[in-house]
Order: sequence, then C-alpha cells, then structure tokens
Amino acid sequence: MSDDEIADKIRSLESDIDRLARERPSSRGSEVERLRAELRRLREAIRPGSKAWERTLLARHEQRPYTLDYVERLFQDFSEIHGDRRFGDDPAIVAGMARYHGHHVMVVGHQKGRDLKQRQYRNFGYAQPEGYRKALRAMKLAEKFSRPIIAFIDTPGAYPSVGAEERGQAEAIAHNLREMNRLAVPVIVCIIGEGGSGGALGIGVGNHILMMENAVYTVITPEGCSAILWKDQDHVEAAAEALKLTAPDLQEFHIIDEIVPEPPAGAQTDHKAAAEMLDGKLRPALESLLGMTGAQLREQRYQKFRSMGAVVRLNKLYAP
Amino acid sequence: MTWFKSNKGPRAVLREEDKTVRTEGLFTKCESCRAIIWKKDLDANDRVCPKCGYHFKIGAHERLRMLFDEGAYETLDADLVSPDPLKFVDRQPYSEKLAAAQRATGLNDAVVNARGKLGGRATLISAMEYSFIGGSMGSVVGEMITLAIERALAERVPLIAVSASGGARMHEGVLSLIQMAKVSAALVRLDDAHIPFISVLTDPTTGGVTASYAMLGDLNIAEPGALIGFAGPRVIEQTIRQKLPKGFQRAEFLLQHGMLDAIVDRRSLRNYLIIAQSFFLA
Ligand SMILES: [Zn+2]
Repeated sequence: MSDDEIADKIRSLESDIDRLARERPSSRGSEVERLRAELRRLREAIRPGSKAWERTLLARHEQRPYTLDYVERLFQDFSEIHGDRRFGDDPAIVAGMARYHGHHVMVVGHQKGRDLKQRQYRNFGYAQPEGYRKALRAMKLAEKFSRPIIAFIDTPGAYPSVGAEERGQAEAIAHNLREMNRLAVPVIVCIIGEGGSGGALGIGVGNHILMMENAVYTVITPEGCSAILWKDQDHVEAAAEALKLTAPDLQEFHIIDEIVPEPPAGAQTDHKAAAEMLDGKLRPALESLLGMTGAQLREQRYQKFRSMGAVVRLNKLYAP
Repeated sequence: MTWFKSNKGPRAVLREEDKTVRTEGLFTKCESCRAIIWKKDLDANDRVCPKCGYHFKIGAHERLRMLFDEGAYETLDADLVSPDPLKFVDRQPYSEKLAAAQRATGLNDAVVNARGKLGGRATLISAMEYSFIGGSMGSVVGEMITLAIERALAERVPLIAVSASGGARMHEGVLSLIQMAKVSAALVRLDDAHIPFISVLTDPTTGGVTASYAMLGDLNIAEPGALIGFAGPRVIEQTIRQKLPKGFQRAEFLLQHGMLDAIVDRRSLRNYLIIAQSFFLA
C-alpha cells in the first residue's frame, strides 16, 4: 500500500472504532480491540516517529504547538485570568475564559515558551503549587457558572525546587486530584505534548481524555527511569519503550479515550492542521458531555478512574 | 523531648573489642546518633532510639501491632497481586523483582490492609511496607487503598493510612501514576460521608503517595524527622544546583511551612489517634 492508501485505511478504521465505541460505550469488546490493533499497526507503518523515544523527542519538539497555539486557533474571546489568590501567579499554567463553537468554556493548561526569554518566563512548563491552585480556582469558577472545562497537558513535570516544596507542591497536586473529581461540569483533558507524571495529572482528571498521536504520558521521564533503574544515562530508549508511554499503549491500558491524529510528520510541521485535527475530536467529545447532569458527570468520572489499574486476585480473575 | 530511661535491660556499655562481635544480632547502631543500642531496649521503645529519639523504620505488621488494641487485627485484600501489565524489564524483569520482594516480606505488595480496634473502636488501617520495592505505589497499592476507603464508607468505620513510600512504581508506568487519581476520587466519597481519614506520614513519604492520599487526611500527621516531599532531595539539588537548606523536607520543615497538623512521637501515636477519633466520632 502507498502512504495515501494507508492514510485512507486509517481514517476508515478510526471511524469504525468511533462508531463501535459510541454504540457500545462501555465495551472493551474484542472487535474494537482488534480494530485498534490494526490501526496501531498501520500507524506504525506510516510514521517515522513511532518508537517510544522518538515520540518523546517529538512531544518535546520546540516547534510543537503549545496550549496557547491551540487556544488561538480553536477558541474565541480568550480572556486570561491570573493568580491563585494565595501566593502568586504561575506563568507555567494559563487559565482563562473562552468560547468554543459557541460554548462558553474555561481553559486551563500548561504553557511552554518558544524563545529563550519566554521559556524562562514559563519555567519550561514546570508548574509550581500556585499554578495548580490557580487552575483549580479557575475550574471551580467554571463549575459555579456551569461552564465546561478544557484542560491542556504539556509539562515535563511539576517543578522540583525548594520554593515549590515549601509551598506544598504535593498538597497542591493532591488537592486538585480530589477536587477535580467533585466538579459537576464536563472536564475534557487533551494531552498535547509532554504528560510528565504528577505535574500532568494535577490538571488531568477528566470525563474524557484525548491524546495527540505523538504526545507522551509517563510516570517518570525516560532519563529519570534510566538513571534510577539502569543506574546510568545510556538507556533512555530502552526506558522509553519499557514505560509504555505512547498514545497507542495508553489507549490499550484504558488510560486515554481517544488518539488525535497529527499531520504525517508531526504536529510541529503544521499547527493549523494539528489544531483542526484536535477540533475534530474535541468538539464531539464536548457536545456529547453537555447533555449529562452534574451528578452523572461526577459518577462517570469516578467510575472511569476507579476502573484504572491492573490487578489480579490469586487463583481467580479480578477486575477492579 | 522527655525520655525515661528503660529499666528493662542492661545498658549498652561495650568495650571496643566487643562491638565488632556482639553488635551482630544483639545490638544495633543508631543511624542518627551512632549510639550502640541493645535491640531489646529498642524494641521495648517502639524502635525509637533511647538516646536521641531517632525513629527507626518499621514494617507494616510491626506498625499494626503497635497501633491496634492488644496488637490484634485481621488482614484484608492480601490476595491481590500485580500481573506485571507492562511486562517491564530493566536490568532485571519486574516479575522477578516482585517475586523477590514477595519472598523477602511475605506480602504480595507494599501495603497491608487491616481491621481491628483502636481504643475500643472498630478501625481500618492501611500500613505501607517500605521494604517492598521502596513502598512504591503500583496498581495493587492503589487498589488496596481504594478498597480500604470503600470499606470504611460501607461500614462507616474510620480509616488511617500509614505511609512509607518512594512514590509511584515506575515498573507499572502510567497505571501507577493514575492510582493517585483513583485513590483521591474515592476519598471524595469518604469526605462527603463525614467518615474520618487520618494520614500518618513516616520516613520517607515522597512522590505520588505524598501528592495524593498522604496529604488528603482530615489530619496529616508525621513522625519526627520523617522525610516528606514531592520531588526527591537529589532531584532538586540537580535542578537548582545549590545546596539544600538544613532540615529541608523533614517533618519539622513541613510543620513550619504549614503542611502538617502535627508531628507525633511514635510512642504517643496510638494515644493521639484515639483522641482524634473520639473528637471526630463522639
Ligand atoms: Zn540515636
């Protein structure tokens, strides 16, 4: 098959999977699994960056669209709100009111900088406690006025520093994990670049989780994993593979709901096309959640995370 | 801090030549003040150094025996095990690492769920086992803490979590990370039902355990000197390239910065928990 034929085949498989998933939302049925396996195989065939470490580098690519790049292309009237009303304002996380296809929504997201000055200003996307507290404040505000929340994840991790520890980095993330579960409005999470551990999850508890095709989501960076488990820096590729941090891996483990395709060589090559592709998944996801009540949304989110994990009972099968 | 001298055995006064021979088995050296302590003295003192108050690390079952009335409890959910979902291999397969930890500890994973009485009141305690792969949280730990929360909710019984953990377990990837969200979600229901949850943080509690249930107690209390934080001190040192302040990330540092309700000596911990529970539950 030519690349074009493969691309056609991928599109038809995606719509089949979407249709099956819609018809039987709770199913982890073998047909969907089989189609997903086929889809994975085709994607690997067409993509140069299909290996875990290559994807990690793509996810960190400095030309990759960041949160505000998507906001600019997909949202109108974005009006930023700042500060945690406790200590300060963290530029590594942005929050603001916006309109999306006519809906008022709250946007929260990690923000990286493009040039050196901006990178430093955004602290390379490493958020601090006040960033997580600002994000939660914005989300509570959205809930108060019945507006859905769209969260963009793109961080190497929560910032490891003396100040962050003094101001309760762990408490800030823990508090968000609990309070995001209470939100009685739709929460859609888009993992657009780096999903770095607790720093990513700290704004990542949603009803529906989208992940860009070349984004990664991981418990630890491959570098950190190599250093700890291999005791050197030479095994980042092996660590990246072992961690199963790619979108297809995470879909298989039911951590994410949908993979958002990217332009053939990656989102960094065409921001407009990448934004359109995200729009194609984000809009239907939002509109399907808008019909649910607050109680239904909380229950759906609870059950979604409740079922995550891999556990067996000795001598008998066990599903959490 | 007050300390009453133990009269339960002879003091550890040793000649130099005795140390090399007799420290094997009968004596142990305090990691903090270097005093040579008779092991029976140490055990009688809840494994707190009689000289300097240093809290030795203790295992999950030892913890449970110290806390429950008469040291009596039943264990729950002990048959949950990890199926090694990622088929993770670093320098050795995760499955082998798990098997070795299981043999060494007699546990299937890094937490023990238990039910017993505390001050006469039915209580659930989840105690972590640091010697099981650094007390790391994978799917089994996350599931067991969640089951403990759900049991507390169903039986309307207070829950205590005693943490000792290096954080999320790398070998189960994002499945480990996501346990933080799962456990925190379950705590919403406990919170809404007004059932007390007390978090006890012991040395060390870092990473994903601190950034989830360990910081979400109605009370967060810690043992003296416990290392508590999100990022590990070495990671921070490498990032900021400067020396860390003295006592950084120790329980006393967290208390000073408003992150803990109290630091409680292990020898008073049981009593503190009984008082707290009677405050919560009449
Ligand atoms: Zn000592």
